[in-house]
Amino acid sequence: MSDIPNAEPAIVISHVTKSFKIPLEASNGLKQKLVNSLKGRKGYRNFTPLNDISFTINKGDFFGIVGRNGSGKSTLLKTIAGIYAPNNGAVRVNGTLVPFIELGVGFNPELSGRENVYLNGALLGFSRSEITAMYKDIVDFAELHDFMDERLKNYSSGMQVRLAFSIAIKAEGDILLLDEVLAVGDAAFQQKCTEYFEKVRHSGKTVVLVTHSMESVEQFCNKAVLIEDGVVKTFGSPDEVAKQYTLDNLNAEANTNKAVTQTLNPEVKSLKVKLRSETIVEPNARLEFDVEYALHEAIQVDLGISILHQNLSVIEHNTQKLKLDYTVGKKHTLRYSLPLENLNHGRYEITAAIFEKSEFKLIGFTPKPITFVIDNIHNQPAGGVLAKTGEWRVL
Amino acid sequence: MKLSNITSRRNRILLRELVVTDFKLRYQGSALGYLWSILKPLFLFAILYIVFEKFLRLGKGIEHFPVYLLLGVVLWQFFAEATNNGLQAIVARGDLIRKINFPKYIIVISGTVSALINLAINIVVVGIFMVINQVPVSWEALWIIPLIIELYVFALGIAFFLAALNVKYRDTGYLWEVFMQAAFYATPVIYPLAMVVAQSEMIAKLLLLNPVAQVIQDIRYVMVTHDSITIWSFVGGWKSLIPFVIVGAVLVVATIYFRKHSKNFAENI
Repeated sequence: MSDIPNAEPAIVISHVTKSFKIPLEASNGLKQKLVNSLKGRKGYRNFTPLNDISFTINKGDFFGIVGRNGSGKSTLLKTIAGIYAPNNGAVRVNGTLVPFIELGVGFNPELSGRENVYLNGALLGFSRSEITAMYKDIVDFAELHDFMDERLKNYSSGMQVRLAFSIAIKAEGDILLLDEVLAVGDAAFQQKCTEYFEKVRHSGKTVVLVTHSMESVEQFCNKAVLIEDGVVKTFGSPDEVAKQYTLDNLNAEANTNKAVTQTLNPEVKSLKVKLRSETIVEPNARLEFDVEYALHEAIQVDLGISILHQNLSVIEHNTQKLKLDYTVGKKHTLRYSLPLENLNHGRYEITAAIFEKSEFKLIGFTPKPITFVIDNIHNQPAGGVLAKTGEWRVL
Repeated sequence: MKLSNITSRRNRILLRELVVTDFKLRYQGSALGYLWSILKPLFLFAILYIVFEKFLRLGKGIEHFPVYLLLGVVLWQFFAEATNNGLQAIVARGDLIRKINFPKYIIVISGTVSALINLAINIVVVGIFMVINQVPVSWEALWIIPLIIELYVFALGIAFFLAALNVKYRDTGYLWEVFMQAAFYATPVIYPLAMVVAQSEMIAKLLLLNPVAQVIQDIRYVMVTHDSITIWSFVGGWKSLIPFVIVGAVLVVATIYFRKHSKNFAENI
């Protein structure tokens, strides 16, 4: 990624800690305050969404902030925007900052589109003449030429969002803060936004983007940070951050789906899939996993595995041609290995099943699939199951 | 909240946009629109005239009593509107404050400025009645400008304090409403101060220490009639300066309180 040496810092976040007092009851009133102080209760608990966070965003960075829900990333963005004052530490901003925590903040339905642009602009710190200079660009981008003198309440919600987003990206600030706003408007408008972000990447403008979408992080950002439980978990290239984020999500999923359903018949003691290769594998590596099984009764069995991608079975492979060990009570292990170069990048799931050999009757399967991800090292767009091994030629 | 910030270009622009928006929206959807700004004090005058001049006959000893009365009511209304706008300002814009960072005191000032614009319109209407009633006007009337500034500063100070307090305790609005109702009768707005003097000079003097009462009586004195009892003639000496000390103290304390709490508005609203 393009890391300009000696780059000037745009935003310096040093040792920022932010905690909130969360009222235990709805105690915005005097009465509750009195009751609490009489009973010697605090009436609130402390919640610290940001705990000693430090990093620097340089001028010209397209910077991604990612994290799971409740990780503190929105609090961080609001602290950068100056909405929250940190309890400790400081945020230093170099240049004019245009925050868009939410699109269309301060929009008034009774005012016309034009008046709303000026009001919104004033809230962002622009003068009338500055907004007049950007006005044409904003309207052009929003494609709302014929509606600017109509009241906002007569706009469709899509039109409102388009107007708000156009102000956001056409506002001539040095630093743009965006919170989860990429998914607005219809497909054509989205395409326009994507093009705009592509352009902005090379324009020297600093953009800070908070998002859940690893696709946008990898597509647009040149740097990113992963926030977890109020601390910086990973800081660096978007690939690294995206990988860590995907991994964390998979782990979290694995932890939440603990409820094991009864999926084994009595004759089967256990059936497990254990991943041996990394959860996120590169396409030129091999996938390797073990299938473990143990039996309660002396029966002959076969095993099968299935690898799914987008709910589509991509590979199915059983052990009919293999000689298995049927010793009762003992744990047996089979190893499966697969080259991945033929598969497209993305998320795959492995399930294993066990069959009675003579009638090929299903007698057990793994309750929840094991997930692995083929890394998008070539930064290719998604789509399709197979790797893009074909070639184009212009004739 | 340094003075240089208040007058900075960015903040002036924002203040202007907020005041203009407020004005645009005020009579939204009403057929007569801005005309209401003038019609309201006109109707008020008609009512006051009928009630106090024809029935109650409170102002027997005061010349031009209807104008005297209207002026008092208009000034009181300004004070009530400015403090109430200020009180609601922060909480009403909670959604904005949680999403964007801008100087919070601007919205408090914008609320009081809206009230000030209303007052200006009302004063014009009062002026019309002064002409109709053939109230003699002298250069002395120019004192109204510093006096209204004094009243505005007092209202602004209270507005800052109430706005910040209302974020913490939503009871503030109700308390203030009750307080203002009591204060209305504790201020010589609809009755001549002479009526109180007849009962107890001591109480009349105490009432005049209230900056709002002092301003109303002074403006009546310079605009309408020298029958208006002012703090200068009635209390006199260093005690006449007490209302100004109160105004100054309120502004300083309120500003400090507001400043201390404004950085946490976004999370407390």
